[in-house]
Amino acid sequence: MTAVSDPQSVAALAAEAVDNRVNLDFETEGMTLNMGPQHPATHGTLRIIARLDGEQVISAEPMCGYMHRGYEKLTEVRTYPQINALINRIDWLGSFANEVPFILAAEKLMGVEAPPRAQWIRTILFEMSRIANISLFLGDFGLQLGGMTAGFYAFRDREWVLNQIESATGGRFHPNFDRIGGLKDDLPKGWIESSHTAMDKLLAFCDELEDLLVGNEIFQARTRGIGVIPAEIALSYGLSGANLRASGVDWDLRRDNCPPGLVYDKADWKVWTHPDGDCFARTWVRLQETREAAKIVKQLLDTIPSGPVMAKVPRIIKVPEGEAYVATENPLGEMGYYVVSKGDLVPFRVKIRSASFNNISIVPWVARGAYVPDLISILGSLYFILGDIDR
Amino acid sequence: MSQLSSADTETPEAAAPEIDEAREAVLADITARLGDGVVGSHIRPGDDLWVRVDRANWVAAAEAAKAMGYRFFDFLSAIDWLPSPFGRDMDSQEDRIVSGTPAKEPEAMVQGYAGGESRFQLLARVYSISAGMGITFKCDLPDDDLSVATWSNVYAGANWHEREAREMFGFTFDGHPNMINLYLPADFVGHPLRKDFPLLARRVRPWPGIVDVEPMPGVADEEGEGE
Repeated sequence: MTAVSDPQSVAALAAEAVDNRVNLDFETEGMTLNMGPQHPATHGTLRIIARLDGEQVISAEPMCGYMHRGYEKLTEVRTYPQINALINRIDWLGSFANEVPFILAAEKLMGVEAPPRAQWIRTILFEMSRIANISLFLGDFGLQLGGMTAGFYAFRDREWVLNQIESATGGRFHPNFDRIGGLKDDLPKGWIESSHTAMDKLLAFCDELEDLLVGNEIFQARTRGIGVIPAEIALSYGLSGANLRASGVDWDLRRDNCPPGLVYDKADWKVWTHPDGDCFARTWVRLQETREAAKIVKQLLDTIPSGPVMAKVPRIIKVPEGEAYVATENPLGEMGYYVVSKGDLVPFRVKIRSASFNNISIVPWVARGAYVPDLISILGSLYFILGDIDR
Repeated sequence: MSQLSSADTETPEAAAPEIDEAREAVLADITARLGDGVVGSHIRPGDDLWVRVDRANWVAAAEAAKAMGYRFFDFLSAIDWLPSPFGRDMDSQEDRIVSGTPAKEPEAMVQGYAGGESRFQLLARVYSISAGMGITFKCDLPDDDLSVATWSNVYAGANWHEREAREMFGFTFDGHPNMINLYLPADFVGHPLRKDFPLLARRVRPWPGIVDVEPMPGVADEEGEGE
């Protein structure tokens, strides 16, 4: 009873494809190729209906909705702390990063600010979820292009950062650790040292993967010059994160519009861009971002101030009337929450601006004229999490 | 750090009477381009700018913003300002429709920043990377005609957002190239994000009240660590 049962649109597309004897030279018939949906455990219950002329894609239309959970409706009947547990499930590979912009939006409306120690730990955990998210991409993208090895290495070394997130928050995938006004708990004993070790392992993993995958000739042949997105097109589709920076746009919300409550200005790091805008550029930018994230974590670990991790907030949280939009640079791109409050226990309306939704809406544009194997490169390199599209 | 009272809504603005010159200039620029099209505005200094335009100028607003360098398309959605007709506030232990108790007096419809006159309001946001600022546009749609011209010719990314807004709120976007459902099945009846669309999960399993509001750290409570 989901979008699968959209018989009209499927039939229309199929009929159109048969009518479309596009290749006049060879008089080949058009063909409709259905890709997906796959098992929910992968990040792909996305279905693509591609119309083909031989090996070439004439049009590709993503069909969403297999995982639509109606979070925007559910937020209207849940208290702010409850929503925090809910939105963990949007981008499930970098869950902690989902919580932060929502908490910051609530804090902005309430006029509350987290104590410095909480801000530091927040930023560290934010970057750790970025590493957990992108390191999986680096392995998984190799896997999709036929390089199994990268996948094994990624899953092995991703454990290092997941263990750190787990030992600090209690949750490997869904921490639910951020609170309005601070954090649930302080860090456990010995966490800072073990985090340093984990980050060293991750930096070594990046070097390893650069040799294994990014430097690989076959990988480059599958990604260089494929799925080129010019900057102007990327902007008008609202592409964000590494996808936008791979098109040469030097914009990172962590540096350029960092909301109060995160301390990126306390670390020395760099925003990487790539001029090419192709699948290779997107992978390369993500690889550099993983390194930068590890560097940010290592620097912040050494400078965590002491003090409480929770500001004084009422026991029952009512958020004053108002509207606020807070966005942060999440692993997948810009993620923001437009919160409308009427001074109640529950928000009146929450618009969730998730990165993958915009990032994947460019597929019909970028897939046109590509070849079928390139479609895999394009989808893989745009890097979406289904929960982040469907919400 | 300080303002914790929930009823007090004016304080944040009143405490910060400074003028945000950059955003005032942007607002003046938009007003110069659209003239009477701008029917409301709100500036939170150092933070954000809201501009409400009338329906005839909805696309003109997008074109003006793009010409001013706001080339990054953030999102497009809508707000239904109708107070929930089910009378389900968070303190109530029962569903009034199920239990048959009379619904409480409906609250007045109050629109948010930049004002408003109608129940449905479009909400869209664009961003300028060079200026480092965003503009949130709003637009009233009259109840009897929920149609508006599409943004997708100006910002290509609006395509999917308008498809979502159509199925969730029931709007019509004139000139949209591919107006089919994005999430919902083709035969789905109703518009889920409207306030008068019941959330059936709440019917089946009643709201337990505020018992599971999380405690402060350090406050003894049997609640445990939650999920």
